[in-house]
Amino acid sequence: MTLAEGVQLVLFGLLAALVIGTALGVVLLSNIVYSAFLLGGVFLSISGLYVLLNAGFVAAAQVLIYVGAVNVLILFGIMLVNKNQPFTPVRRGWIRLIATGGVCFGLFTLLSTMILGTPWQISTDTPVGDGATVLIGLHFFSDFLLPFELASVLLLMALVGAIILARREFVPDEPTTDTIAEALKLPERPRELVPAGREGSESPEG
Amino acid sequence: MIPLEFYLLLAAALFCIGIYGLVTSRNVIRVLMSIELLLNAVNINLMAFSNYLDPATATGQVFTVFVISIAAAEAAVGLAIVLAIYRNRDTVDMEAFNLLKW
Repeated sequence: MTLAEGVQLVLFGLLAALVIGTALGVVLLSNIVYSAFLLGGVFLSISGLYVLLNAGFVAAAQVLIYVGAVNVLILFGIMLVNKNQPFTPVRRGWIRLIATGGVCFGLFTLLSTMILGTPWQISTDTPVGDGATVLIGLHFFSDFLLPFELASVLLLMALVGAIILARREFVPDEPTTDTIAEALKLPERPRELVPAGREGSESPEG
Repeated sequence: MIPLEFYLLLAAALFCIGIYGLVTSRNVIRVLMSIELLLNAVNINLMAFSNYLDPATATGQVFTVFVISIAAAEAAVGLAIVLAIYRNRDTVDMEAFNLLKW
């Protein structure tokens, strides 16, 4: 990274404030669509942090996979599961909120004391920078070959499993005789379509 | 050079925010988003360690790429499960998802 010291510090402060602010928005906002878009903001800011850490390849992968795939998938999920329902309040639900906040604050205090108390052995080597792409490829095909192949198998399994889980139920009864015409159709239980715009489906609650 | 502790503190804060959202939110999709926040906090830690403690070999970046790919698979399967439960229960409330309750 050839930027000056002060520029790096200012950029880090800006990106850290963006990450914390948008993450708080993801967790605390009541409208879940806003939360999903703010999640994209979290991912983009973290990709900026990766650029600041001399890792251009992972920054690009972060933008491509998280913002381009995971966030869009979550938006699809929100649109498919968009139900405007008032949640029935849990008895003494505020105790849960306060207890969770206390536990999270305590966890943060614990982690920060550990972070500030540990003598980190900072290496003095020069970072590889953009040569990291070649290095990552070398790692993938030499000493991380088994995890790499396992990741590809796991992605395939996740794809097949997601399709099987999200499909509608298979209806085996009523045997069909017209096999040629029926072979092109995926056998599904017929569902009546929900009319659009029923009972104020806009403004989903979180 | 920015101290390593800044990155670690930022990742710890992001992790705690993710834990808070994971425990307190009632909407299932928001729980999935909180899990993504947790994974990203871990990724920041990995990248910071890779840059500060082991800058010549970039092993932490390899782990980060693995975590990103696993997170993509997790999001796909998680949303499929959410769709399947929503089709049966017709709700997105975590309190109503007691199918595996003992």
